[in-house]
Amino acid sequence: MEKHNFVTIADLTKEKILYMIEMAEEFEKHPNRELLKGKVVATLFFEPSTRTRLSFETAANRLGAKVIGFADPKITSGTKGETLKDTILMVSNYADVIVMRHFIEGAAVYASEVAPIPIVNAGDGAHQHPSQCMLDLYSIYKTQGTLENLNIYMVGDLKYGRTVHSLLMAMRHFNPTFHFVAPKELAMPNEYKIYCKEHGIKYQEHTAFNDKIIADADILYMTRVQKERFSDLMEYERVKNVYVLNNDLLKNAKPNMKILHPLPRVNEIAYEVDDNPHAYYIQQAGNGLFAREAIFCDVLGISLDEVRNDKTIIL
Amino acid sequence: MNKKERLVAAIEHGTVIDHIPANKTYQVASLLGLFDLKTPVTIGFNYPSQKVGSKGIIKVSDKFFTDDEISRLSVVAPNVILSIIRDYEVVEKKTVVTPDEIKGIVKCNNPKCITNNEPMATHFHVTDGILTCHYCEKEQDINKVELC
Repeated sequence: MEKHNFVTIADLTKEKILYMIEMAEEFEKHPNRELLKGKVVATLFFEPSTRTRLSFETAANRLGAKVIGFADPKITSGTKGETLKDTILMVSNYADVIVMRHFIEGAAVYASEVAPIPIVNAGDGAHQHPSQCMLDLYSIYKTQGTLENLNIYMVGDLKYGRTVHSLLMAMRHFNPTFHFVAPKELAMPNEYKIYCKEHGIKYQEHTAFNDKIIADADILYMTRVQKERFSDLMEYERVKNVYVLNNDLLKNAKPNMKILHPLPRVNEIAYEVDDNPHAYYIQQAGNGLFAREAIFCDVLGISLDEVRNDKTIIL
Repeated sequence: MNKKERLVAAIEHGTVIDHIPANKTYQVASLLGLFDLKTPVTIGFNYPSQKVGSKGIIKVSDKFFTDDEISRLSVVAPNVILSIIRDYEVVEKKTVVTPDEIKGIVKCNNPKCITNNEPMATHFHVTDGILTCHYCEKEQDINKVELC
């Protein structure tokens, strides 16, 4: 059997994205199963990420797999100078699939080349975080009933935010209109604007953030503006409160509009918004479980048909 | 050009690499693995050149390079011309063709790239003079690369 990996979102076809969404829907109906009974999932976190790790480990546990791994790289042989290749090959002796988070960019692609078992990328530095993108896509699909022809507003740090870059690339199949709302220092990098032009994706750029700008939004994708990203702290002080969402800004929003955020949030969404019907970021994180159950099954060669006809569902 | 005007002694069989930018001469020699050869190699540089200002010439006896070996030069000296010599005559001229992929020659300029943190070969995809790292996807200009 050909080895499946899940290391990047950019290569996924439209059909594959929709297939993964359909699979996630099945897991949302019945998250508890024994599809992976007898399998061992290794979670190797060379960089701490509690939220992502818990989500993957929950997905593995709810499918009946056993989980091994580490959450703190200080306890691994990497600190003794072991290469990533050796660590991956060693763990491949024990596990059926490896979920890896690494601070080095491109680590997941490399691991997928050397490992005899599937690699799931749980984030490699500033490069890719495809499972986050999968749950973002699932959240958009679930709240809008489609991925086609949506107005997607991305707000905040569009320069360093890898989630917005991945989402932009994955949405290219679905005729979106993007609005990039960011301070100049954190504007969408040129390479992604060129990507949009090459793929015929419509976009507009804004520096202002107000109720009129976002009135047309189907999805409002908020990100955190981080102080350490600014070379000019005066500039940070000037913009730090500009990209904060509150209920007042939502008064002209379309009824179907939902607010997404990859979390953790700091102050970019006021707490009063949590009870607003447009808020969706907590449910969005919950969707990560279903998206990651689908990712596990896909890389382990379990098809959508098998998931639909699954006799191991625990009711 | 008659023999008296030759800049470097003629060779009977082998390859003459001409129009090397003078300051790239040793990089070209290194990329072609000339320091490991057992056959005579003549390396000269700072010859006047209308094309590149100041050029290097390398003559390698009894050695004919494969297209793969020649394509390695695309990152440092894409405009060199290789003359294949048999019985003191030029029988063929070859130019450098930039390959679609470059492996193990160029360093990735992203210090956080896996290729700079693991004992492994680099790998780039080439389009329109831009090298894209296969691993971290950072791009760099083919004219501004650092060799491994």
